[in-house]
Amino acid sequence: MLEIKNLHVKLEEEDKQILKGVNLTVEAGKVHAIMGPNGSGKSTLSYVLSGRDGYEVTEGSATLEGEDLLEAEPEERAAAGLFLAFQYPVEIPGVGNMTFLRTALNAQRKARGEDEISATDFLKLVREKAKTLKIDAEMLKRPVNVGFSGGEKKRNEILQMAVLEPKMCILDETDSGLDVDAMKLVSDGVNALRDEGRGFLVITHYQRLLDHIKPDVVHIMANGRIIKTGGPELALEVEKNGYADILAEEA
Amino acid sequence: MQSPKVALRARKDEATEARLATLTLPETGGWLDGLRADALSRVRAMALPGPRDEYWKWTRPETLISPEVTPAALFHDDEPPMFDEVDRLKIVFTAGKFDAEASDDFALEGLTIERLAEAGATDLHWARDLYGTLETNGQTPVERPLAALNTAFATDGVLIRVTGKVSKPVSLIYRRESEASEAILHHVVKVEQGGEMTLLENGPAAARFNKVLEVEVADEATFHHVRTQARDHERRAVTHIFARLGRESVFKSFTVTMNGVLTRNDCVIELTGDDAVAHVAGAALGDGDFHHDDTVFVTHDAVNCESRQVFKKVLRNGAVGVFQGKILVKEGAQKTDGYQISQSLLLDDDSQFLAKPELEIYADDVACSHGSTSGAIDETALFYLRSRGVPTDQATNLLTLAFLAEALDEIDSEELSGLILARLEGWLERRRG
Ligand SMILES: Nc1ncnc2c1ncn2[C@@H]1O[C@H](COP(=O)(O)OP(=O)(O)OP(=O)(O)O)[C@@H](O)[C@H]1O
Ligand SMILES: [Mg+2]
Repeated sequence: MLEIKNLHVKLEEEDKQILKGVNLTVEAGKVHAIMGPNGSGKSTLSYVLSGRDGYEVTEGSATLEGEDLLEAEPEERAAAGLFLAFQYPVEIPGVGNMTFLRTALNAQRKARGEDEISATDFLKLVREKAKTLKIDAEMLKRPVNVGFSGGEKKRNEILQMAVLEPKMCILDETDSGLDVDAMKLVSDGVNALRDEGRGFLVITHYQRLLDHIKPDVVHIMANGRIIKTGGPELALEVEKNGYADILAEEA
Repeated sequence: MQSPKVALRARKDEATEARLATLTLPETGGWLDGLRADALSRVRAMALPGPRDEYWKWTRPETLISPEVTPAALFHDDEPPMFDEVDRLKIVFTAGKFDAEASDDFALEGLTIERLAEAGATDLHWARDLYGTLETNGQTPVERPLAALNTAFATDGVLIRVTGKVSKPVSLIYRRESEASEAILHHVVKVEQGGEMTLLENGPAAARFNKVLEVEVADEATFHHVRTQARDHERRAVTHIFARLGRESVFKSFTVTMNGVLTRNDCVIELTGDDAVAHVAGAALGDGDFHHDDTVFVTHDAVNCESRQVFKKVLRNGAVGVFQGKILVKEGAQKTDGYQISQSLLLDDDSQFLAKPELEIYADDVACSHGSTSGAIDETALFYLRSRGVPTDQATNLLTLAFLAEALDEIDSEELSGLILARLEGWLERRRG
């Protein structure tokens, strides 16, 4: 599904190398988790994959179902099935949540040569998905993320994911800022989308999320590289001992 | 040797006389003649604005006062006429002249309508007391000579007296026929106590249009005003609104401007009765050869009044936006709630926004705030939208409409704000890619 090879990325504005040869393959139907110390480059990886400005790929490649990602515009990547749940979801005053979702869904459909969804079907779809995430109608009416609590913003990200039904979902610290119940809701939302045709890359600092969303593979990222890959037990090890041992092993 | 000041004034007098030489006082007769003559002497006393006038420092008045009208190519609108869907009473002016054939009968419960061109002969006390009066009041502390010029030379207009709650809007439509036309129209509206009306305006009227609207809103009366200024690229317009508000009255005016090589909209509001509310707002969108100036002067002269000025501009390809807005709170105008915001969204580095927000307060128990900003599209929001699959142009338009939303919210009628939103969308849509 998602194949990242020897990805090197530096900042466009300054001479700072952030990703230093990332290799990672997420197969369809699998959930991969990435853990790693603050500043190790996890968010950068997710931004580069989704096409944010400000980064320069100096080496390596990234493909989605064999198609080159890095040359495509962000909207083309989205239409191809890539989705990033932001670590810091963006507030957009003046743009209603519903308008935003419908515009996004229809733009993706259009890009794929599909018909637009009818207003009633759309309403039905959103209501149903919102209900399972306990997002109320009032929140749907508000401008995108404006005045949402931290946890509401994260749930809103998952709502977008549920509506857009991407093939490859990247979740950047979607668990941070969530209370225990919200964590369960969000995890249920993610698990509901788990499917043979869909891949997940879950960035997190905590084992707690991985109790709910059971990963198939766990990677440790440090200093711009994946330094260790293992099964779910790797996350438990990090939870217990921190990164010191793993980092020492690598050095 | 003349002092520079005397020389400057001499040049202004010369320009004024050159302009006046091209005009003749309309023979509307009766009570109007004296008022026109007064206005003409006021024009001479003030002289028409010159390029060195402080109040015109960002907008060049030359083409608005020149003896000859700069021709403006006729514009072929691909959209249906504005407000077509609205149930309204239509009054059409074609090339600055009343067009009886295209207009509805002036029959609407709760108001009477007269034409300015015919009013001189009739003894209309209320209109006689108002015509040019609010305009004259509005000449201090800042002179507005082009409004006095209008009072003197307006060829037509409507005089509307509202005595009840009017069920549908009166819609003034200004059609234009030739490239080098000029129109000078003057309307007077008096909303009597407890009365309520909505006035709509649209259309270019002429290559150069000078329009004045005087509105007296009596105690507990309500006046709503929504206008769109024509999309003719090369047209020029100078417009003035003078409003005086009585106790517990409401005045709301919204203007949307798309295109136009030069527009100067002055709005002068005086809150003279306690608990009155005045909102004036506008959205202006320009692409390329576009200069749009909103100049607003709100005077609080009563207790517990509210005023809001909300002006948004979207500028691209070298378009220029100007905002001069003032809130004056007079002595004793306690509990004043004054708000003013002027913002521009610059879609490129060539466009420019010039703003002079001012507060002048002589009362101690007031809450006034003002702000002015100028900025580009929020890149973070843009990326967020794109990451969800919305193409850049569409995302930019969505964010542009979001930027305009606060101004659009000032329109009370959902029907009207919906129609205007659709026009804004259309304008943005046509500029995609
Ligand atoms: N635009 C930028 N300008 C300057 N430095 C940046 C920029 N983007 C990333 N960095 C730096 O790159 C490094 C990696 O940042 P990144 O946000 O990817 O880390 P992370 O692994 O997601 O950390 P966290 O766990 O705290 O979210 C950090 O040192 C960060 O300061
Ligand atoms: Mg991060």
